[in-house]
Amino acid sequence: MTDIATPAAPLPENSNPEMQGRSLFQLALIRFRRNRAAMAGCIVLVLIALFSFAGPHFVSHTYDQVFPSYVTIPPSLEPRPDASSLQGVMESIASRARVDLKEFAVEGETFTVTFTSDEPIDPRATRYVDRANEFGDTKVVATDDDGRTLKMTGTVDREYFPFGTDGNGRDLLVRVMLGGQISIAVGVLASLVSLGIGVLYGATSGYIGGRVDNVMMRLIEILYSLPFVFLVVVLVVFFGRSFILIFLVIGAVEWLDMARIVRGQTLALKRREFIGAAQALGLTDWQIIRRHIIPNTIGPVIVFVTVVVPKVILLESFLSFLGLGVQAPLTSWGALISEGANNIQSAPWLLIFPAIFFVLTLFSLNFAGDGLRDALDPKDR
Amino acid sequence: MNFSTPDGTVQAVKGIDLDIRAGETLAVVGESGSGKSQTMMGIMGLLAGNGTVSGSAKYRGQELVGLPPKALNAVRGAKITMIFQEPMTSLDPLYTIGRQVAEPIVHHRGGSFKQARQRVLELLELVGIPDPARRIDSYPHELSGGQRQRVMIAMALANEPDILIADEPTTALDVTIQAQILDLLRSLQARFGMAIVLITHDLGIVKHFANHVAVMRRGEVVETGTTAEIFEAPKAEYTRMLLDAEPSGRKPSPPDNAPIMLEGKNVTVDYALGGGLFSGKSGTFRAIDDVTLRLKQGQTIGIVGESGSGKSTLGRALLRLVPSGGHYRFERTDISGFDRSAMRPLRKQLQLVFQDPYGSLSPRQTVGEIVTEGLYVHEPQLSRADRDKRAIEALKEVGLDPASRNRYPHEFSGGQRQRIAIARAIILKPKIVILDEPTSALDRSVQGQVIDLLRDLQKAHGLSYIFISHDLSVVKAMSDYVIVMKDGKIVEEGETDAIFDAPKAIYTQTLMGAAFTA
Repeated sequence: MTDIATPAAPLPENSNPEMQGRSLFQLALIRFRRNRAAMAGCIVLVLIALFSFAGPHFVSHTYDQVFPSYVTIPPSLEPRPDASSLQGVMESIASRARVDLKEFAVEGETFTVTFTSDEPIDPRATRYVDRANEFGDTKVVATDDDGRTLKMTGTVDREYFPFGTDGNGRDLLVRVMLGGQISIAVGVLASLVSLGIGVLYGATSGYIGGRVDNVMMRLIEILYSLPFVFLVVVLVVFFGRSFILIFLVIGAVEWLDMARIVRGQTLALKRREFIGAAQALGLTDWQIIRRHIIPNTIGPVIVFVTVVVPKVILLESFLSFLGLGVQAPLTSWGALISEGANNIQSAPWLLIFPAIFFVLTLFSLNFAGDGLRDALDPKDR
Repeated sequence: MNFSTPDGTVQAVKGIDLDIRAGETLAVVGESGSGKSQTMMGIMGLLAGNGTVSGSAKYRGQELVGLPPKALNAVRGAKITMIFQEPMTSLDPLYTIGRQVAEPIVHHRGGSFKQARQRVLELLELVGIPDPARRIDSYPHELSGGQRQRVMIAMALANEPDILIADEPTTALDVTIQAQILDLLRSLQARFGMAIVLITHDLGIVKHFANHVAVMRRGEVVETGTTAEIFEAPKAEYTRMLLDAEPSGRKPSPPDNAPIMLEGKNVTVDYALGGGLFSGKSGTFRAIDDVTLRLKQGQTIGIVGESGSGKSTLGRALLRLVPSGGHYRFERTDISGFDRSAMRPLRKQLQLVFQDPYGSLSPRQTVGEIVTEGLYVHEPQLSRADRDKRAIEALKEVGLDPASRNRYPHEFSGGQRQRIAIARAIILKPKIVILDEPTSALDRSVQGQVIDLLRDLQKAHGLSYIFISHDLSVVKAMSDYVIVMKDGKIVEEGETDAIFDAPKAIYTQTLMGAAFTA
């Protein structure tokens, strides 16, 4: 008699009086953790999100700050301006002040310079130095040779542009971060919009069935037949361009797929006996949909969301590419890439950096999505 | 044989030895999960992806374990063939049966499908398919379950195998058809002299069919011997327990003056057939035809019949879960015209327990949530703590550890799940419970426990049951009144003893005969 209330064999927590079961979701999580590619994908995603959202706090530049002196400069880990161009600037200052440059050195954010002349130099020569964009706070620290040698120090305005700058002299690093913020936000929010509408619509249509299902599904087919770009253009004309509109529009298109998937799942679930049991218990339709149908469709839905997120990011970049997406000075990866594609010969870094992040994100999302599918549906392997 | 799972390796079959000689029938008996199917799958190289076999399986001296698939294919399908449990799903719906039967012939002997046709016709004739010349071009969905199983047997016989492995070949079939299929296998064995390995949990079949028996439990062979030895002098305690598990007992009839709880008069149920958007003409199929039924307090009415006889539909019609015609009365209320929302308050008193304990519990809810779901609808004023208390009571009542209410259904065995389903029904303190094959998916020993539980609950709460089953022995033990159904009509009804001792209708007699000889 194996069947008396003693729990089945594979339960490690037998001794614990309040046994906590492992739900299907927890089991899926265990399988997911074993999938190296999927875990790597998740880690990369977290890193990219951190880079995009926390990154701007560690960089002094803002996304719309223009550096007129540094337009379209290539990426470099050296600070700008570099030592030789500072030398050149200082030489021209010296000639304007009619003194000779004897020594010039830059150390980090400070410089020391030594001028000599045949006659004593007026200490107000610091003004010549201050007048240049690159230098400031110049002070005389020592005078020698009866004032004929003047040693000054001051600060150098040096900027780091590890990703280079764009055609307007804006720091590409910060712009990639901002683009990431917007692309990720659009991807996630639009997916959530499509998730919400699609799951509700699909579950209702599938569960109620019959004529209601017929009408609801025909409506979806009608919406499917509208060209996406046309829809976007119409909406933009009506509501004007706004950030919210973008993910509403994308979500409004993407939920159609979601609704179909959920409806298919629901049709299969509807015949399961636990739905019959719920009906026999007297649950209302809405209670059955909420308590039984939706939780049981969650597996395929989660998997589909991981496909929708990259799709939405791509759609957003397509809209930005057409000029219907976010507007400058805001930007997204798609907008950055389209901008970079225009300058691919003169400034390839404008394309390369946003593209690297974009591709990494899409890859990671796909790996994570694959892993989720394997984890949630072990029969498929 | 091992399976690797996320929780570590599970040893499904633990070093067993079986041998079979030509012309004999070996029955492998055991409860579900005892590893009887997996043993055969392992030998045939058909294990799931995470399974590995070790040890040795020799066919006429040839080692099969570890053979590359190509070499293995020369043996399986030709010399060792298999019949599966589910005739509905083991045939490919896209090919005609003629082609599917020809497939092993063409594959193993070469030649074209045309050349094989003559042989296929012979085979279909052999396995008793009526009108084989016409049937050879039918698709599987055009055949009944029994005919499909015959086709499977024809496929298995196509290359005159030495060993036929039959994995629960009759479990999914009705008793009358089950007897026919077993007779067929027996006559074929006599004719070709092949060995049959019969995997089953039904001791009735074993007794009448096999020469040798191996009893398996948890991946080990508990006992082997000839059929006579096993049945007359079982050595292992487990074997004795299996043999004793046949449900027994009788239920006395309720007093004549017991109030009628539920009445269905002239119940009819029609299903619409076809009738899509453009196909125009649509017909109806009458699933229940003019059935009248009265359930008294404390009574158990057993409804028996083959699949498709409408017994489950009748149960649902009485609960007003399917649209149906006729007059219905619950206690003193006429509920004939009640729609869903009018029925809702009454649902508390009318409960249903389903056949499949795997499908009837939502996999994403904890046991506590499942059991208290009815309270959530019918007694919404209860606080969370109150609901929890009621869940604990209900689980105790069905013999489950209340501490298990935070776990999920997939962590329980079939019998335990059926207890959960029963707890879900009785937590509302119903007056009537309709039991739709509550024990069919369970092993014999577990069946007995569930039946005992149902009886105890009936006594404790004065419940009235409608017990739907195709298993006559269970119905005999459970009910005091029996209704025999066929094609939506009542063939015969009466007190249990009267029906079982002296069945009047011919159909009832064949049903009884098939059930007790097999």
